[in-house]
Amino acid sequence: MGAKVITITSGKGGVGKTTTTANLGIALARMDQKVVVIDADIGLRNLDIVMGLENRIVYDLVDIIEGRCKLRQALIKHKLFPELYLIPAAQTRDKTAVSPADMIQLTDQMRQEFDYILIDSPAGIERGFRNAVAPADEVLIVTNPEVSAVRDADRVIGLLEAENKKAPRLILNRAKVEQIRKGEMLSAEDVTDILAIKLIGIVPEDDQVVPSSNSGVPITLNDNSRAGQAFRNIARRLMGEDVPFMTLDEPTSLLKRLGRLFAGGKGN
Amino acid sequence: MRDSLVTIKGVKDGLLVTISPFEEWGLVTGDLAARLDQQSAFFSGARITIDVGARPVRKDELHSLRALFERRGMTLYAVTSESSTTIDAASALDLRAHFITPAPPAQTSDGQVAFNPEEDGTIGVMIRRTLRSGRTVHSQGHVVVYGDVNAGAEIIAAGDVIVWGKLRGNVHAGANGDESAVIAALDMTPTQIRIAGFISMPPSEKRRKTRPEVALIRENRIIVEVWEA
Repeated sequence: MGAKVITITSGKGGVGKTTTTANLGIALARMDQKVVVIDADIGLRNLDIVMGLENRIVYDLVDIIEGRCKLRQALIKHKLFPELYLIPAAQTRDKTAVSPADMIQLTDQMRQEFDYILIDSPAGIERGFRNAVAPADEVLIVTNPEVSAVRDADRVIGLLEAENKKAPRLILNRAKVEQIRKGEMLSAEDVTDILAIKLIGIVPEDDQVVPSSNSGVPITLNDNSRAGQAFRNIARRLMGEDVPFMTLDEPTSLLKRLGRLFAGGKGN
Repeated sequence: MRDSLVTIKGVKDGLLVTISPFEEWGLVTGDLAARLDQQSAFFSGARITIDVGARPVRKDELHSLRALFERRGMTLYAVTSESSTTIDAASALDLRAHFITPAPPAQTSDGQVAFNPEEDGTIGVMIRRTLRSGRTVHSQGHVVVYGDVNAGAEIIAAGDVIVWGKLRGNVHAGANGDESAVIAALDMTPTQIRIAGFISMPPSEKRRKTRPEVALIRENRIIVEVWEA
């Protein structure tokens, strides 16, 4: 049985591709899957930071492709999960150092050994994006509930259609319940209505995501985080489980309701 | 060499390659490759428009034709055809596509147009999918989309534009000046519509009920009215 290659892309930058890749990698590894995550954003490497592996880098993606090291040598083992590995991007080169054919060859070398190969795509629709999607068996589109992110996602889906790729699935990231309810933000229905692809997960906005990424401990390791839970659910859906979508409403514990009362009904 | 298969001539923005609409595709492309190779230094860097006449060219054929040009340092830029298959394939590959209305039937010797019991109809392009952001369709006839036209997509047609779906992008009907052209959609929430020389932006009101509507010119402005079956 060979690995499944899944590329995470978005068109627009800053919507949460890297956060998603790191969290899905960890969530899959927690379920005893053998996983490699590849940072395909050459020149702007940061998946290593989010995964807390920056200081272990010796070789990178371009080193493998240009034959300066063996594939094995560039695989960085995760601190907590012995079967989760990272291939970091090169920091000092640019996207032209890698071709789509290189990416296909690289992933083919690893298919026998792993269950999942996740590729973190750079933003945009140029060479770096082409490199990232070339070997993909499945593509996940990350978007935010805002018009500009959805517009770019639409463009990317169109490009994937032109390449005859399997229909991608959608992750709606950073959904703010309160704003969606007030109609200030697009709802999941609004977004899927425009993009007409299947939703694989909705990740609620969570203040803890940025600090956890900064400290190299992705949010999905935090069992109390709703965003972390959302990523774990997406990982289970990737594995073919039928996990119901969680309700976006925040848990209304007595404490929270009291808190809201004291906040003067501002809502949070 | 039979130069009837392919003709190459310089036009103002590059080279126009006209391909015989009837000969076998493999024969034609082989001939084309040979012609290009004879004068490769001269053609290198050129922007190519191909005219395939009535020939329906599939997407994979067009794709390999594009590769044939690229290998010789040329860029396939636009496709002109009377076949909607070809036009569809060209837009699928993000090429500029020009639809040409086929010539009318020849007159008989006594100057009378031969009687044809069939309704003439007019020529159009049928697009059976959603046009996503970044896609453009150019047509010298009408355009029918069976799917949505998303924001960021654009249709420019000399004739009418009918969207059997949601129209959220930009549409220009009657682009050559035909003020009788119409734009119709099952749900009309475009970014902007144009008919001939008129431009209209939809009112920025909140969502309303979805209903089929038609945009047309009346008294020198674009009006949008509910389409009643």
